[in-house]
Amino acid sequence: MPYIEPHGHMVSRTTDDYEKMALAGCVTLCEPAFWAGFDRSSAQGFYDYFRQITEFEPKRAARFGIKHYSWLCINPKEAEDTQLADEVLAIIPQFIDKPNVLGIGEIGLNKNSRSELHILEKHIQLAADYDQLILVHTPHLEDKLKGTKLILDALKNHSAIKPGRVIIDHVEEHTINLVLAAGFWAGITLYPESKCTPHRAIDMLEAHRGEQIWMNSACDWGISDPLAVPKTMLEMRRRGWTDASIQRVAFDNPVTFMQQSGKFI
Amino acid sequence: MNTWTPPAATNLVDLGFMDSRSKIIDLAAFLDRVQRAGQDDDFRVVALKNALALLSQSEPQRAKNVLLSFSDPSTDPIPKATMQGAIGAFKKD
Repeated sequence: MPYIEPHGHMVSRTTDDYEKMALAGCVTLCEPAFWAGFDRSSAQGFYDYFRQITEFEPKRAARFGIKHYSWLCINPKEAEDTQLADEVLAIIPQFIDKPNVLGIGEIGLNKNSRSELHILEKHIQLAADYDQLILVHTPHLEDKLKGTKLILDALKNHSAIKPGRVIIDHVEEHTINLVLAAGFWAGITLYPESKCTPHRAIDMLEAHRGEQIWMNSACDWGISDPLAVPKTMLEMRRRGWTDASIQRVAFDNPVTFMQQSGKFI
Repeated sequence: MNTWTPPAATNLVDLGFMDSRSKIIDLAAFLDRVQRAGQDDDFRVVALKNALALLSQSEPQRAKNVLLSFSDPSTDPIPKATMQGAIGAFKKD
């Protein structure tokens, strides 16, 4: 069954992974800008990174028949340096009109600091100014609940932001209700140890009837699995899901959300 | 239009028991190991034991409540991020 990987950091993955994903049914892949495992020293480093995810990765994906889209931002882990963040924010508009750019992301918070929140608000304003979709990263582990609440407040405080055009990613059992009840989309990340297992993801999807939710692997430079989505689709079958319900979560929902960009085919 | 169809009835115990059994034995062995090493007063181990108590609750909200028990309960942004990673359990100052 064809599926969409709506959140994968392919700059950290090998070409073998593209091949495996294609063989497993991946037809479209979306790559949010993120922290590459180390802090970049200048805005020029981000300029090169944005070129990589808007020009090079689409070509690498196309070799395996996979469409590649991307999102732009400076991630919250590098937002403590507000001068660097401002410089990166200033170059993002140069890339917004690239054909594979879906919006601003993955923005959000990491340690829930004042500087991170300040830069998050600037990203939200940028998205509003350019009428862009937003993809949000929520903090890890003990910081997730507090960070999710702060992020939701920042989004709700901006009058131009429509919740249906924002996806809050990495939700877990203690944050998913906050996100969906406010009208936002929710992303469930299938990531070993620090996020969600296939069975927990399916539990949440069943509890919410698959409404306004997608699932992703967020495969990156850490211990992660680029095939986490098709493996979860297999678990869905074992748990009695119909093909239509699997397709809805693994394909139709990402399409519904990302088509709002006007660029997603 | 909502095309959601509830999953067909499945024996979830068949699907999940052995995996859960394995995980709880691993958890028990971890607690034994850190106790033998004299490390069971670490705040993360204490947080784990507090979370374990929540498994005896009767409402099917155990996963949510365990996650809440590990979470930072404060509401204001911190002045400055002094580290980039997370630990897994909130440490009270």
